[in-house]
Parts: sequence; C-alpha cells; structure tokens
Amino acid sequence: MQFVKDLFNFLSSPAIFFTLVIVLFFVALRTRRLWTDRVGTVALVAVVVYFVVSFFDPNFKKVVTAPDNVPIVGMLFLIGFFAWFSLKQAYENDDRMARGEPPAEKLETDEKVWCWPDLVYTELIALLVASIVLLVWAILIEAPLEEPASITVAPNPSKAPWYFLGLQEMLVYFDPWLAGVVFPSLIILGLMALPYIDTNPKGNGYYTFRERAREIALFLFGFLVLWVFMIMTGTFLRGPNWNFFGPYEYWDPHKLVPLNNINFSEFIWVRWLGTGLPQQWLAREIFGILVVLAYFLALPPLLARRWLNDIHRKMGAARYAVGIVLILSMIALPIKMYLRWIFNLKYIIAIPEFFFNI
Amino acid sequence: MSSEKEAVPGKVPEKAKGATPPKVSRRSFLNWIAIGWGSLTAATLVGVAATLRFMFPNVLFEPPSSFKAGFPDEYAVGEVDERWKEKFGVWIVRTTEGFFALLAVCTHLGCPPNWLAAEAKYKCPCHGSGFYRTGINFEGPAPRPLERARIMLADDGQILVDKSRKFLWEKGEWEDPESFLKV
Repeated sequence: MQFVKDLFNFLSSPAIFFTLVIVLFFVALRTRRLWTDRVGTVALVAVVVYFVVSFFDPNFKKVVTAPDNVPIVGMLFLIGFFAWFSLKQAYENDDRMARGEPPAEKLETDEKVWCWPDLVYTELIALLVASIVLLVWAILIEAPLEEPASITVAPNPSKAPWYFLGLQEMLVYFDPWLAGVVFPSLIILGLMALPYIDTNPKGNGYYTFRERAREIALFLFGFLVLWVFMIMTGTFLRGPNWNFFGPYEYWDPHKLVPLNNINFSEFIWVRWLGTGLPQQWLAREIFGILVVLAYFLALPPLLARRWLNDIHRKMGAARYAVGIVLILSMIALPIKMYLRWIFNLKYIIAIPEFFFNI
Repeated sequence: MSSEKEAVPGKVPEKAKGATPPKVSRRSFLNWIAIGWGSLTAATLVGVAATLRFMFPNVLFEPPSSFKAGFPDEYAVGEVDERWKEKFGVWIVRTTEGFFALLAVCTHLGCPPNWLAAEAKYKCPCHGSGFYRTGINFEGPAPRPLERARIMLADDGQILVDKSRKFLWEKGEWEDPESFLKV
C-alpha cells in the first residue's frame, strides 16, 4: 500500500503529472473507443473507488474534505461528465455522418423548440435542484471561516478563491503584469474573438469531433488542461509555502525543495560563454529579447509556411495573425512552467531596472 | 366609436386625422429633460465626491509607522527577531556588524512571508517566493529583494524603526547608513 502511495506521490510531482495529463488528454481525445457508455461508466466507478479507497489515508482525506475543497471534487465529476458526454455525442454523430446519415440532433427535431414550456420548465427544474443542493450543502458543511484578517499574518498556504487558482498558479511562473493583467485580458478577449477567428460553420447545432478536431482539441486543451487542471493542482497539490505535495503526502511546512532561480541571461553569459553578466541591460538581456521576439514574430510565418499551411490559406493573413498570437500566448504558459520545473529558469527577459520581466 | 371598428385597413381612422395637440409643449418637455438630466448629474457628482471623501477617513486604526524596538542588547547576534512582526510587520535582524529592519511584505504581490528558522529563509505562503536572511530573493516569483526600513538609535538608547522610509536593494539604497544600524 505504501508503495502505491509513494508511486502516486512521485507521479504527481509537477513535471511528470503535467506531462502525463497532456499526453493522456491528446491520446484520449483521438481514441474513438473511449467515448462510449461502457467506458464512461467504468471511468466513473474507477474514480469513485479511487476516492473512497484514498479516504483511508489521513493526508488525502484532510485535503479533499476541507470545506474549501469540496466544490472542486464536485467540479471534477461535473466537468468529467460533461466532457465525456459531449465527446460521446460528437463521436456518435461522426459515425452516423460517416454512414451517410444526418446527425442525431436532426432526428430529434428539425424545427424550433418553444421557449414555453420547453425551456422554462427545464429552467424551473434546474432552479429547484440548484436551490436544494445549495441548502443541503449550507446545512451540512460548515463555512470555512478563519481567524480575523491581519495585514502581517497570512494563512499558510494562502489560496485564492477556487476559480482563481489557475491564475494564482500562473503567477508563480510569470510576473504580475503578465499573469495578472495581460494573460487574463488575452483569455477574455481571445474567447470573445473566437467566432471571428474561427468562421468554420461546421458543427452549428450538432456535436461533431471529426469536422473540427483541431479547434476542439485546442479549446479543450486550454480549458481542461490549462484551466481546470491548474485549479485542481492549486487545490489539492499546493501546500504550505506554496510547495508541491503529493496526494498522500503530509503537508509539512518545513519541506525543503531546492528552487534556486536562474535567469536566462545567467545561463547564456555565465554558464555557456563563461563570462560575467554585462552591466548594460540591453546587452545583458539581448538573447532573451531575441528569443521572445523570435517566438512571437518569426514562429508564426514559419508555422504558416510549413505546418499550418492549409489553415493560413483558409483564414487569411489577419485572422491567422490574431489567432496564432493568441495560441502562442497560451502555449507560453506550459513552456514557462516546464522551464521553471526542469531548469529553475526564472525569467527569459529580466530587466529589474524598469520592472520588465518575462 | 363605431367608426373606428369599421375602419378599413390602410385608411387612417377619422379620429387620428384631427390629432389632438399634445398636452406637453416642446418647451416644457425640454425643460423637464434638462431638470431630469441636471438632477442626475448633480446626484452622480455628489456620489463621486462622497466616495472620494471616503478614501480619506478621519481616523486610521493603524499602528504608527515608526516604533521603538527595545534596547540593542535585547537581541541575540545572528537571529532574525520576530517580536515585532505581528504588530508592525517588521523583522529586526541582528548580524555581527549591527541591525537592519526588513519589511514583512513580499515584493511579488504583497503577502506577508514567514521566517522559517530551520531553513534560514523567509518564505511567502501565497506563491512560494523565498528570501535569504538578508532579504535577497532567490526562489519563487518575487522579482526583487525585501525592502528595508530606516533604523537608528533613539535618544534614550532604544532602537527606533521608521517604516515610512524604505531602502530598496535594486536602487543601491542598502548602502545608505540609515538602512543599517552599526554597533
């Protein structure tokens, strides 16, 4: 038993866990056989059994049943269910359309559905269920109140509200102006711009995966891996001093994790070239600036010419430019996370002279 | 009213043709509009003014920014002293050469870090920034070292810490004699 726990703890160290999640995500997305009733049921039972068995571990139980964290467990099941359900419908439709049949939604009704009573009744039921759940929840689980606020003492770990844990995780890797201002704005603006960037009319009114596999994969990667998974990480795996802890690991506030940060400029000048850091900031950071510029200015045309040729032609230059910058900004997050975990890299560009760090 | 009921579609009813003149004249309508918008603007301005006034309270229940921290011989050499952390948010560090006062405000996003004596580092609970005993940042996202406060000897021989004057490492201010109390 201890061996299994150690294995899980080992696997949940950030670089390994994140890699596993990414690989599993893309493999699962492309595996038709996973999105059936049987596999869905088996997965649900497996997750429930995993949670029940793990409850016998005091450390696991303590974190998972904390009043703050109960909704995240609920969210895990809800998001898992809806992701599975929509992909199941999408794949079933793909099969139907491959056989030359119309999508299932077409059979259900070809006409409009009435607001009254169809929609209003559904909403009424949803309202009642939500009210009952909230009432029962409020009665059963005590509010996680803490001691009076103090400007000189913070709980350890100090966690943002659950829906901000993705942002808080991002703040570990990027400077506040990026992780707190630029990226959240890009997320919101990017989501608003989606219908103008992706004008493919396929999938309107019915579920499909094959007709827009890349778009769905990209969106779900951002939502499930970079948002939901980071909320889970922040909830269950981040412990005292904002260190990573395995699910069965005791939250030791004195856990020692060597995290000495090194800037990209030090890698280049000190480690590779063997000289000291130049005094002037532009000379010191020139390599980092070049890397970032290449990432955002040279990579898009290269991609357009080599791998995303068809997309570039279909979208046109302007749409492609906006889309690819949004995508590259999104991918920058996992890149920076890996760089931090593996090389302890702090900043690619570090100009403390005027608080510009990337 | 029977004529209205019989109205043929497309033909304007008799009554509407001789439209009764509106009871509100153009002039009085515009007057009312002016009064309405005027009051709304006035109310908004008063609201904004009240909000601004709210930003400057008459009384602030904050500890004073400068305080006396006892006599120098009350501090052990090589220790990070935590006795003023909870009230004033200041660590007083005693080195072999003297004293300096570190502000317990993380330079990342302003959380109060904890001093971990066993690991000899300040560690922030919010995003995991770590600082050496001197206040220099070395791990996590904090972009610059912790700030030091002015420290000196008061007339009665006690240590006086003044948090209103800060010394930033990246500006070279830790060389300032007021940022360090020699003994």
